[in-house]
Amino acid sequence: MKVDTSKPLEYGTHENSNRIFGFWVFLGAEIALFATLFTVFFVLVNRFADGPSGSELFEIGPVLIETFLLLTSSFTIGLAVHAMRHQYKRAMLVFFGITLLMGLGFLGIEISEFVTYVHEGATLQTSAFLSSLFVLLGTHGAHVTFGFLWGAAIMIQLMREGINPATANKSFIFSLYWHFLDVVWIFIFSFVYLKGLM
Amino acid sequence: MNFDLEKFKVHGEPLIYGAMISIALASIGIVVGLTVFKKWGWLWREWLTTVDHKRIGVMYILAALLMLFRGGIDALMMRLQTAAPDMKFLDAQHYNEVFTTHGLIMILFMAMPFIIGLMNVVVPLQIGARDVAFPRLNAVSFWLFFFGAMLLNISFVIGGSPDAGWSAYFPLASLEFSPTVGNNYYSLALQISGIGTLMTGVNFIVTILKMRAPGMKLMRMPMFTWSVLITNVIIVFAFPVLTVALALMMFDRLFGSQFFTMANGGMDMLWANLFWVWGHPEVYIVILPAFGIYSEIIATFSKKNLYGYTSMVASMLIISLLSFIVWAHHFYTMGQGVMVNGFFSITTMAIAVPTGVKIFNWLFTLRKGRISFTTPMLYSLAFIPIFTIGGVTGVMLAMASADYMYHNTMFLVAHFHYVLIPGAVFAVIAGFHYWFPKVFGFRLNERLGKHAFWWIIISFNVAFFPLFILGLKGMTRRMYTYSAETGFGPLNMISFAGALGLAIGFVILVYNIYWSTRYMPRDKTGDPWDARTLEWATQSPIPEYNFAVVPNVKSRDPLWAMKHDKQPLFEDQITKIHMPSNTGKPFVLGVVFFFLGFFLVFSMWIPAIVAGIGVLVVLAAMSFDRDHGFYIPADKVIKTEKKLGGGTV
Repeated sequence: MKVDTSKPLEYGTHENSNRIFGFWVFLGAEIALFATLFTVFFVLVNRFADGPSGSELFEIGPVLIETFLLLTSSFTIGLAVHAMRHQYKRAMLVFFGITLLMGLGFLGIEISEFVTYVHEGATLQTSAFLSSLFVLLGTHGAHVTFGFLWGAAIMIQLMREGINPATANKSFIFSLYWHFLDVVWIFIFSFVYLKGLM
Repeated sequence: MNFDLEKFKVHGEPLIYGAMISIALASIGIVVGLTVFKKWGWLWREWLTTVDHKRIGVMYILAALLMLFRGGIDALMMRLQTAAPDMKFLDAQHYNEVFTTHGLIMILFMAMPFIIGLMNVVVPLQIGARDVAFPRLNAVSFWLFFFGAMLLNISFVIGGSPDAGWSAYFPLASLEFSPTVGNNYYSLALQISGIGTLMTGVNFIVTILKMRAPGMKLMRMPMFTWSVLITNVIIVFAFPVLTVALALMMFDRLFGSQFFTMANGGMDMLWANLFWVWGHPEVYIVILPAFGIYSEIIATFSKKNLYGYTSMVASMLIISLLSFIVWAHHFYTMGQGVMVNGFFSITTMAIAVPTGVKIFNWLFTLRKGRISFTTPMLYSLAFIPIFTIGGVTGVMLAMASADYMYHNTMFLVAHFHYVLIPGAVFAVIAGFHYWFPKVFGFRLNERLGKHAFWWIIISFNVAFFPLFILGLKGMTRRMYTYSAETGFGPLNMISFAGALGLAIGFVILVYNIYWSTRYMPRDKTGDPWDARTLEWATQSPIPEYNFAVVPNVKSRDPLWAMKHDKQPLFEDQITKIHMPSNTGKPFVLGVVFFFLGFFLVFSMWIPAIVAGIGVLVVLAAMSFDRDHGFYIPADKVIKTEKKLGGGTV
């Protein structure tokens, strides 16, 4: 493979720069996907039937911790990419690991929130509002779960091979994905939780 | 888990038992054939593991041809059932299943894969690339499409087909009113193949934007490549909506959520909106590449460059934008009020303007051209008037107030067959005849091709024109029988005769493939039609590396410029060529997805979870893969070029 040293390592080969561009196109599709889910949620948001409404259900505390964890993890994955560009393998792995742990923490809180909702009688079957809430949050949560597994696989590859064009490319694409999940969460936090609490 | 064999069975119809037996016999035949002729290894090495865009394209087209016959048999059954009053050939439930699968298969598993197959074969060649941007992802796309299609097809014999129409409107498609597993199949089979299509969209956008040969500026790209680029942008933005709609449908049917239900706040109209926000752009996903195909063929066989290149591109861009803001015209009568209907009425009629621009551009390309009436050209010429009838009746339907008269009548059925058959089916057949010699190294027989053409073109009109009149007389679509007093009988009988003629036409078409494979002489020029674009500048059949030397493009019709203006095209020396290696993982991924879908259809949770973990394992295996491909040495390239005809060496 020809590596162009004038570019950052992850863009070095023609193939790698195509992968990054392709992933941006894929993120375009992901935006369309979440935009549709948000639309469904906004259409159904006032259709509580006999179930609870958002203001009866939501608690700001756990959601704030989730927000704090995910936003910070977006920062640490940025630090990991920064370390990668300086070839600091150890620092990169540390920041990568912190990112994934925070993702795991986020998932833990989200799952316990879901359990609480269900215990309060708010299930997927209760009302259209709750169906759309669970599917919107669940799709985001599934993305974080997949991201955790994907990130873990990349970390193993980094430990085995160190920072090379292949692993750098994968890590960079993963960071794009992770930032994207963060952006989606900002919309969920603002328009699902904060608006729902009003 | 209560395991109950009954739910897998489909009862009653002797036709279904016939289908079961024929599927079993065909499968046994294939297995025995492969074993007797010792072809398992060949099948695995050359096809199942291939990442070559040409072979993937050929597999798409083969699958599409098979599905054409499956959907065609559905169509024949429907026309037979309605050929005369009070027919007893199919019962109401079976008729519902047949028109549902006919629509699904023809749009999603025939028209789309046929077009994606041609895209795969042609686009990398037209832009002078060695392959698509992501060859392995391309294989993943194909196998997801293929196994999604297989999942829908087995519904016929295992558990029952979807029966709520191809648009699966709620509440009809809900568990309450469609209690069989048919619509579970719908949601999962379409989901799996839809993911494959989305990946195709990403792949071809990157391929066209990043893999073009030097000098191939955007405004020098062949019109087919332009149409494919625009189509794939539509795919990337429309398919996620289908993904969501199908997921919500699955949640409603399998997990009791309340998205489209009639109680607990659900909203059935939400489905209609989501479905058509995807569904209308989908129409343009199959029709824009067809416009591209016609543009190539008409320019080639008129011996002229395409008239109005820039306006062709602009009109496709406008069509693609408009395609996203017309969806509500599919349900004017579902009560969204005058303002909304008025808006969608105007946007819908506006589409006729850029489409009209394209029609005139083709006509002006033909004007004063030296026209040769080859089979692909005949289809293109027939397309123009027939498609115009479809388009004009479309404008009639677009008027919301008038639509209250035509809505859900056979007039609508006639209209969309008049746009989709010339607009998509004739196009892929024309493209098939046109690019066939490129892929296989010999032409299809012209005499047989023209025979098939006349059968298809005449029978098409005999089959579908009566439906316009039937619609105006008040016959509604999806009606499985009628009484003699309605007076619908004679026209329906004519239509059935047309359907039989179409079937004969398609049989001749396939016979032509067989006949030509045996008897047609090999084309050594690589350019049998005296064409204009880059795909004809390499050898036929195409060597695995596409171009021995990457072409250097200096004009819009580079091959024409090379042949007639002596403009050099291949200026570099032959060097070693990098190629991606084959891999079996995409095939395995498709198989695992098939089982995941199947288990979910029948709510078999534990096997489904195992299959879901299987998907993750295959993905992980792909992530850990470090195969950087291989090089074909320069002397081997030279040898291959000499063997194939030596045109460019």
